Amino acid sequence: MSAVLKAEHVLRRLGGEVPVTLVDDVSLEIGRGEFVCIMGPSGSGKSSLLYLLGLLDVPSAGRILLDGEDTSSYGEDELANRRLAKLGFVFQFHFLLAEFTVLENVLLPMRRLGRLDEAAATTRARELLERLGVADQAAKRPSQLSGGQRQRIAIARALANDPLVVLADEPTGNLDSAAAANVREILHGLTHELGKTVVAVTHDPAFAAAADRRIGLVDGRLRTSEAAA
Amino acid sequence: MSIALDVALTHLTSRKRQTFVSLTGVVLGVAFFLAVSSLMRGSEKDFIKRLVDNSPHITVSDEYRTAAVQPAELRWPDGAVAIAHVKPQNETRGIRGYRDKLAYIETLPGVRVAPFLVGSALLTFAGRLQAVTLTGVVPAQMKGVTTIEEKMVEGSLDALAANPNGVIVGRALADRFGLRLGSTLSVVAPSGGNRQMKVVGIFRTGNANYDLEQTYALLKRAQSLLDRPNRANRFIIQLDDPYGARDLALALEARLGYKAVSWVEASEDVLSVLLIRNIIMYSVVSAILVVASFGIYNTISTIVMEKTRDIAILKSMGFHARDVRNIFLIEGLIVGLLGSLLGLGLGVGLMRALAAVTVKPPGVTEIVHLPIWWGPEQYAMAAAFALGSCLAAAYLPARKAGRVHPVDILRGAT
Repeated sequence: MSAVLKAEHVLRRLGGEVPVTLVDDVSLEIGRGEFVCIMGPSGSGKSSLLYLLGLLDVPSAGRILLDGEDTSSYGEDELANRRLAKLGFVFQFHFLLAEFTVLENVLLPMRRLGRLDEAAATTRARELLERLGVADQAAKRPSQLSGGQRQRIAIARALANDPLVVLADEPTGNLDSAAAANVREILHGLTHELGKTVVAVTHDPAFAAAADRRIGLVDGRLRTSEAAA
Repeated sequence: MSIALDVALTHLTSRKRQTFVSLTGVVLGVAFFLAVSSLMRGSEKDFIKRLVDNSPHITVSDEYRTAAVQPAELRWPDGAVAIAHVKPQNETRGIRGYRDKLAYIETLPGVRVAPFLVGSALLTFAGRLQAVTLTGVVPAQMKGVTTIEEKMVEGSLDALAANPNGVIVGRALADRFGLRLGSTLSVVAPSGGNRQMKVVGIFRTGNANYDLEQTYALLKRAQSLLDRPNRANRFIIQLDDPYGARDLALALEARLGYKAVSWVEASEDVLSVLLIRNIIMYSVVSAILVVASFGIYNTISTIVMEKTRDIAILKSMGFHARDVRNIFLIEGLIVGLLGSLLGLGLGVGLMRALAAVTVKPPGVTEIVHLPIWWGPEQYAMAAAFALGSCLAAAYLPARKAGRVHPVDILRGAT
């Protein structure tokens, strides 16, 4: 299994009067098609690690390789281009744009990337919504939907540009158990049916149980990295 | 449609009331800019027109701009030339050979000219005395260069042409002496000449001094009275294009040798006052737009603050700082464009309304319309200034939005 995401001795430290180390010397490899969960107590640096892996943040030391490409020398715009084309994000809160319809929200990343023309992008967006079982909501505003539906639309948006890796930060943290199970199945399906790589931060033991591998973090340090039985 | 424009439009339409208020600011700013500018520039043009109409475009007088220089000093400007006991030639004052010079000026296109001989005289009537300026004129030519004909309240210039012993006096003098058409008064020149002359016309200009002290007689009569035969000491020139006066005055002065003063030179002080007035006026009306731009700054700042999560998600999705900045700059641009457009409409409406206003200055019988200038450059100025201040007002919040770091927002949200 080739590594699609690789962290080498990654350190993230916040300056200031009392410097805080968020992520401390983490090295890991995530293979293509893997479903990986990052777990740990609050403040253990799970989200910080996810932001680093998702190229939203830049490590203070060490380097992140995405699809074999060293990103350590990249500027803000180059990182943004990689995020746009190769990564998708799902957050605890759906972060959909309230003034746009569901369809328009899913279209946004495709329009920015510009790989597909308007018609092809719309077709793809409808397919994604179909796949996630929310096709009938396409013309609605996010505020008219339930939490589980919104999260599925956020997943559709994350998949819009056919990314290599989907990064999810507590994707089920704000959902009831039925909706959480649904989102879990969808993310699981992404890896096993579409061959996407999914990296998720979670507290939810049921969610973690579905992962191929669980990575434990304590105080920013890697504790365990165990494969699923 | 580009995404930035799309997002910008949804932002503006989702905050209708606030957008409306900032838009109104720009609209009113542009409209007032236009109304004030058109009125001020209109009154300026009106003033200059009066100035140009009522004063000679060019006056050539029997003076030199600089005193005569000895030829030796001209030949050796750096030499140690000293000439003592120079006795200046005592010549009859006036423009030498004025007929030839007048004939030459008359050949120029778009030019009307009249010769004058201006001197002093003393009028006596029924034992009363009044020192006056006695001006010798050629009525036919004078009509072409002055508006005195319109100012006649009794008699006419033609009556002067018909009567070699005629004199035209001002209303104030007529009142003071109790003169009527046909009254005979005595004109005494400093050189001793003395003549009985008959009032053939009375004018009123509204300028008290002028109406008291200005007196017109025929050029020939004035020449003999003032003992300056065949002389004129002033040419008054009117042009079809008053704005060519400065160049023509320079050319005439170079050719004739006598001092030629254009209205531009004569009223330099007034023109500079008008320029300063314009600068003040434009600063004030621009200030309205600057104030209006604060409304835009406020609106867009609020949107940026409200939409930090949206900005964060756009940036995490892969939007560049520039893309995000453009969204908010476009919002400023939209408000600026729309505000300018509506403001131009409202401004033209205001200008129409102002143009319809009539005023009646005290003591004047005719009704005057407010002078409005319809020149196109003020529309461009108003729109450009509105757009400029809108973009400037949008730039600060836009820059802030571009600098939003998604991680900061995501951390805060979870």
